[in-house]
Amino acid sequence: MALLAEVQILKRLGKQFIPDVSKPKVPGPFKGRPEISTDRVDEDTLVAICPTGAIAKTPVRIDMGKCVMCGECSFAFPNKIQFTTDYKLATNVRERLIIHEGDHSPIALDETRIRKEIRSLFGRSLKLRQISAAGSNADEAELNACGNPNFDMGRFGIEFLASPRHCDGIVITGPISENMAGPVQICYDAVPAPKMVILVGTDAISGGIFAGSKALDRTFLEKYPIDLYVPGNPPHPLTFVNGVLELIRKKKG
Amino acid sequence: MSTPYKFIIINNNETLLLREIPVLSYDRYFEVADELLRKEGHHCVTCYAYMQSQGLKFICAIADDHAHQLKVFSYEMSSNSSRELPSLAASHSPMHIYEREIAENFGVIFTGHPWAKPVRYSWNRADRTNIINNYPFYRIDGGELHEVGVGPIHAGVIEPGHFRFLCNGETVLHLEIQHGWQHRGVEALFLSKAKLIQRTVLSESIAGDTAVGHSLAFVSLMESLGKITVPERLEKERTMALELERIAMHLGDLGNVNVGMAYQLASSVFGTLRTPVINYTQTWCGNRFGKGLNRVGGTYYPFNRELADKLNTLLDTVEKTAIPMADKLFSLPSFLMRSETIGSVTAEQMQLIGAVGMTARAAAVTRDIRQSHPFAAYKDHVIPTQTLEQGDVWARMMLRHLETQDAVRFVRDLSGHLNFESPLPRPTLEKDLTLTPDSICISLVEGWRGEICHSAITGSDGSVVHYKVKDPSFHNWFALALSLRDLEISDFPINNKSYNLSYCGFDL
Repeated sequence: MALLAEVQILKRLGKQFIPDVSKPKVPGPFKGRPEISTDRVDEDTLVAICPTGAIAKTPVRIDMGKCVMCGECSFAFPNKIQFTTDYKLATNVRERLIIHEGDHSPIALDETRIRKEIRSLFGRSLKLRQISAAGSNADEAELNACGNPNFDMGRFGIEFLASPRHCDGIVITGPISENMAGPVQICYDAVPAPKMVILVGTDAISGGIFAGSKALDRTFLEKYPIDLYVPGNPPHPLTFVNGVLELIRKKKG
Repeated sequence: MSTPYKFIIINNNETLLLREIPVLSYDRYFEVADELLRKEGHHCVTCYAYMQSQGLKFICAIADDHAHQLKVFSYEMSSNSSRELPSLAASHSPMHIYEREIAENFGVIFTGHPWAKPVRYSWNRADRTNIINNYPFYRIDGGELHEVGVGPIHAGVIEPGHFRFLCNGETVLHLEIQHGWQHRGVEALFLSKAKLIQRTVLSESIAGDTAVGHSLAFVSLMESLGKITVPERLEKERTMALELERIAMHLGDLGNVNVGMAYQLASSVFGTLRTPVINYTQTWCGNRFGKGLNRVGGTYYPFNRELADKLNTLLDTVEKTAIPMADKLFSLPSFLMRSETIGSVTAEQMQLIGAVGMTARAAAVTRDIRQSHPFAAYKDHVIPTQTLEQGDVWARMMLRHLETQDAVRFVRDLSGHLNFESPLPRPTLEKDLTLTPDSICISLVEGWRGEICHSAITGSDGSVVHYKVKDPSFHNWFALALSLRDLEISDFPINNKSYNLSYCGFDL
């Protein structure tokens, strides 16, 4: 009888994994890559709406590295800005996070700027040390979800490990507080070369809503090249998994 | 009592002119606090100081849980008076953390404080030469003892904090938890980021796992100060979102403790059951954590019939999956061995540290803002408060299970009472929000961890001159430290997971 109960529970649970992580549609009014039309609007009002200064004018642009996905711009100017459900937002070039008006092309990685050793060494196995540097626990929760039975990035050889000595790079979440600046550096130094740096979440990429706070120390980011930017507040697990896969693997066909 | 007018009584979310709060001498302030804190059903929900032109002003709010009231009083410290004050924590230990915070930020010395330690090394602390690497850890000297230091960076994907275990062999004599690594300057940002949308987004980022709870405290505060009343329907929808957050986090934690226990079935079942709940929240508002849902004065995402249908399916799934799994789990001898009497804390200890929320309720201390100081739809709709006696890992797990099931029934019931025809306003525009000048408001919300308290003070032009945030973890981390006493160090992970307290909520 006891075993039967467990079998019934398992049966109810069913298959949870997403067979192809590049394909699923996400539900609801999810805010992914925005599309900016060429409609004329009062650009100064539009720029002033944004809580993080992510919007610039002439021409209108949105910096996804600063955007906190509150949607305020889109509610005020629905004909100008619409958020699509495209969650593939990660890229290796900071400028590519800036969406221009009239340009509805997807965000992609610049293949020419991916360091050679990343694909030759990490393509089949990538072990990462995650550092929450004043992260709000939303980004961290989504990174944990990447390894759960739904998204299951372990099947691609991507895993978070405890010891930086066993890792191929660090993944930073949070705006990097002054109090965490030291530990971030120590952890990075402990990772054997060659190593990569991935920034996850708007807070890590630009400081997000915390930008300008005197409690931050972001000097670490000025010292090293960033291999991948994963925007979002927090980024959806599919944004992270797809971004990392595109970084470490050549596209098939 | 010589002066009858010693405090003013207000309700949760009631705006009050600052000048109506009695300003007492410190002796009198001390006496009033001492008298109230001795009373049954009274506990301090917030106590802070802020700089005015004339010097520091202390605000103290003590909740009377039976009368559903907050008793507020104040003290003004002139800039040339002595920085030394007798400590309330010396006789009322729950005050220890408030006094430590005031001491750290303003250099006030509370004489007789039982353990005057730094809190979070905030950037605007009084003494910048005091740095996080020089934290004064408690020490016990002895050749047979050793220390184990863990963090700030932990093994898993979690927030940073430092744990220092003082051990005798495998047994933990004392665990000290050092905070501050996560400090982002949240309270100062509430002033410097003056746009309404900035503050709203900030409130959703205080603790990302409590985005709904903290933003509800924020919008309630702004609505009260801005004299905005919201329709009953919106109150219900906000309450549903808060309970959905509770369901998601409790399920996630039930899964996580089982990761620590190495019981794979329950960790998978509860862990994956959290996914449809947060995906549902995304279906509602576009974000798995409910960011975007709570806005001052209205909503961008009115609930509708289609959402109601999906909600019923979701809640059925949660019940039909979680209950059989819980039945199995709580009857499993190996689970009971790992959870019963492990990490026990007593009701007396929880009273002494001022524990709140589910940490307190799992150890026979009934504290629940939803009953004692109702807000949103709890004013008209009652959700049961669960209290367990044991105070161990088992109780914290069982409480999560019971609260999840209560929340499922409650949300189902609330959604059944929604009138989709009654219109909901869009959020208030910044230009239409004028805050009452020279006022104060205190907003209490029972988040999934427990009592959240936000308080704002406005100046003569209606601008916010002080903003104070309290996450339940501000009190509750001490419970984890007490749980570890005389326990094997290997029991730390399941205890830590059984509490799942917030680092960033504490560090702000």
